Amino acid sequence: MSVGILVVSHSAAVAEGTVAIARQMAADVPLVAAGGTEDGGIGTSFEAITAGIEELSSADAVVVLCDLGSAYLTTDTALDFLDDDQRARVHVSKAPVVEGTVAAAVAAQTGGDVDAVLAAAASAAATETDAGSASGASDGQPGGTVPADGPAAVDDASASATVELVNESGLHARPAAEFVKAAAKHEAKVTVNGVDAKSLLAIMALALPKGATVTIDATGPDAQDAVDRLVELVRSGFGE
Amino acid sequence: MALDTAWAIDWVRRTASTIDEHRAELVNLDREIGDGDHGENLDRGFRAVVETLDDGSFETPGAVFKAVATKLISTVGGAAGPLFGTAYLKAAQAAGDATELDADGLVAVLTAARDGVVSRGKAETGDKTMVDAWSPAVDAAAAAAAAGETPEQVLAAAADAARTGAEATDPLVARKGRASYLGERAVGHRDPGAQSTAYILRAAVDAA
Repeated sequence: MSVGILVVSHSAAVAEGTVAIARQMAADVPLVAAGGTEDGGIGTSFEAITAGIEELSSADAVVVLCDLGSAYLTTDTALDFLDDDQRARVHVSKAPVVEGTVAAAVAAQTGGDVDAVLAAAASAAATETDAGSASGASDGQPGGTVPADGPAAVDDASASATVELVNESGLHARPAAEFVKAAAKHEAKVTVNGVDAKSLLAIMALALPKGATVTIDATGPDAQDAVDRLVELVRSGFGE
Repeated sequence: MALDTAWAIDWVRRTASTIDEHRAELVNLDREIGDGDHGENLDRGFRAVVETLDDGSFETPGAVFKAVATKLISTVGGAAGPLFGTAYLKAAQAAGDATELDADGLVAVLTAARDGVVSRGKAETGDKTMVDAWSPAVDAAAAAAAAGETPEQVLAAAADAARTGAEATDPLVARKGRASYLGERAVGHRDPGAQSTAYILRAAVDAA
């Protein structure tokens, strides 16, 4: 399945710039910018959005990223004017436009279907709040109360491993996306060097190059399996 | 005069005039609590709409509303384009093929327009948006129609209520749109979309 991405912004420069950033990491994904009004001003254009969806007509699905409120309103209005079968191809993400577009593009580049692309975009939005709540939980719960919860202890199995990155590009772009995809298959809460292993942007923000050491921690019913699979993936060099 | 096609066309022309006349005021309202483009955008949109009316011929009020809708959607770059555009589109659907609106027909048109705005913008009454003008207008129109008043009286009741509704946005904190970023600082300022809604409905009365 091929997924195209449409970036809708109030500014042509923001839409085009966002597409340029995403294209660096996802050269094969059809990315279209629909920014600004017809006369080059600040605003959103029904015509440009409609034309952008049309331009992506060869993609099996289109994911739309929007910036501020009226970008969503204009996009929704444009969708109302599409035929039902065209309408069904188009999905609007609520993710922040720059982070969401990059995450969505990388997911599409690595062969993700429309659900995976939407999930990747959504994970870009969740990065900050996840980080906040994760640190809040660890501050409040240093782990001393765990043994008191008898039945919960079964679910709280944990596993950990440290492994060196052997592939050329490190834990970046495509390898990062594959890592996230593998981590997301597990129920366990997984972190890599302390950040959420299911968040593409959090991992990319670590900027881990070849030769860097990564520590993978997992907590949950399939913790050991998750760590084993991820270690195997890192050692395989992500096929590079 | 009956609420027929000629009325609908005159309403749109008067709307363009009143928006042009109040452009600076709407720009200022929007500058205070938004991005400042409401007056410019609506003015540009309704100018384009008037050109469309000059070029075409229309058989029903519904056909006029539909032409307004598509032009506003394609020419207004801000939220007002999809919001008012959807309002006119739903109004056109509610008006159907009728050549003239009676009191109940007018209530149906206003209700459809309001519902279109609500479904597009997801705002509720009290969010400090144009819904705060549309909803009282619909309620007043429905009450007037139920009381057996003429279409012109129903329209006047709607316009009066829209103006009162717009004024009532002054003390509100915005929960939708750009003004929602301002929190308490939006208090004391009128919502530009509610104000323009009141002007649009006033133009409908003046045309009748």
